[in-house]
Amino acid sequence: MSPEARARDAAVPAEPKVRIRNLTYAYGAKEVLHDISMDMPERQVTAIIGPSGCGKSTLIKSINRIAEVVSDVSIQGTVHVGDLDVYGPDVDLVELRRRVGMVFQKPNPFPKSIFENAAFGPRLHGVTDRHRLRAIVERSLRQAALWDEVREQLDASALELSGGQQQRLCIARALAVEPEVVLMDEPCSALDPIATARIEELIHELKADYTIVIVTHNMQQAARVSDRTAFMYLGRLVEFDRTDTVFTNPACKETEDYITGRFG
Amino acid sequence: MPIHTDRQFEEELNELRQRILEMGGLVEKQIADAVRALTSRDRTLAEATIRKDHTVNRYDVEIDELCLRLLALRQPAARDLRFITTALKITTDLERIGDRAVSIGERALELAGEPELKPFVDVPRMAEISSRMLHRSLDAFVHEDTDLALDVCRSDDEVDKLNAQIFRELLACMVEDPQTIGRAMRVLFVSKYLERIADHATNIAEMVIFMVKGKSIRHIEELPPSV
Repeated sequence: MSPEARARDAAVPAEPKVRIRNLTYAYGAKEVLHDISMDMPERQVTAIIGPSGCGKSTLIKSINRIAEVVSDVSIQGTVHVGDLDVYGPDVDLVELRRRVGMVFQKPNPFPKSIFENAAFGPRLHGVTDRHRLRAIVERSLRQAALWDEVREQLDASALELSGGQQQRLCIARALAVEPEVVLMDEPCSALDPIATARIEELIHELKADYTIVIVTHNMQQAARVSDRTAFMYLGRLVEFDRTDTVFTNPACKETEDYITGRFG
Repeated sequence: MPIHTDRQFEEELNELRQRILEMGGLVEKQIADAVRALTSRDRTLAEATIRKDHTVNRYDVEIDELCLRLLALRQPAARDLRFITTALKITTDLERIGDRAVSIGERALELAGEPELKPFVDVPRMAEISSRMLHRSLDAFVHEDTDLALDVCRSDDEVDKLNAQIFRELLACMVEDPQTIGRAMRVLFVSKYLERIADHATNIAEMVIFMVKGKSIRHIEELPPSV
């Protein structure tokens, strides 16, 4: 996409896909998110940056509710994905996590074949027809830009793939259940620069169909892949704006100090 | 402002700032010498001023290289990015000012071989204002002083007025006695060079405002009262 088109896209915020309102999150007595409100626009890439411990991982994990797998969590505020009230009383967590997929820092394919990895989600959701599964696997591997590399070896173990391929397989696995939102928690931190570039290229392609939220320690990566960037510090959302604005002329001094390397 | 966690980067930025100031100092002296060579009909000084352009050009190239190195290796953002891109533009303006000073030196050489037209009054005055604008624009750069920068932009009108006034006087001179046309044209060029120097100083001041505030006041009809 041309820089102009990209700037134009970012200038007109799309409909918010994820709406977070006054979200406060505590593990025991420790408050890790403080009164966060933000809208993540549909079919755009939202990057979250900030130093370790700022709450960025908790923030994205609060969207599909995998942050609360540890005990003693207290949560206030609301999160909506589309019209779904994520913390509503009768929310189905399996369905929530189908709609909001996730890719983690370290590629974590199951010790199964490539095919079974991509078919795992659809099977879980009750797809049994071999032809349909095959079609889903192909579509998701294609979307994850992995198909051409593995089409001849779908029955090989996923663990035989390179790190970058494994991560794309994990993305394919997330896409197989047709999520609306894809959360990525440091998806490239274990990859070399070329594998990283492929994932970044993939993110550009995926945003035509999905809303993407990515947490990254690599600020250049946030600058390269995202439409909007949020800077978090000590559990607060300090600044959230168009990525080009954040990286050329941020409004808050804390943001500026962080992205120019003047922090602490 | 807190300094960079990476001290080396901080030092490189300081070096860049320092190099620009040195280049600015050289160029200021170049203007002063060229105008003095003109008014005192001093050929030796005119030639020395022209020769000094090499040094200014070398600064231009070296500062460019330093900026490119910083951009490539440090991948600066926000104010650092604006500082480095501003530095790149400032050196271009400084280098052009140096070229104008050389042109003044060349006209001084030509005029030294001819009878005096009339004593210089407005040209040295114009040179003083332009040179002061340059000095203040670089002060504004170093101190990140947008009020001072805005003040420099405002001074440009004064130089434009002097330029118009010199034009009118020389035109009268030429009409009265066509023998003066060759000399008057050369003085007119000098006036134009000085007017251009003031424009370059204004460019620098505008870039300083961009560097500090992140907003551009270039190419607008009227200057804002403050930024």
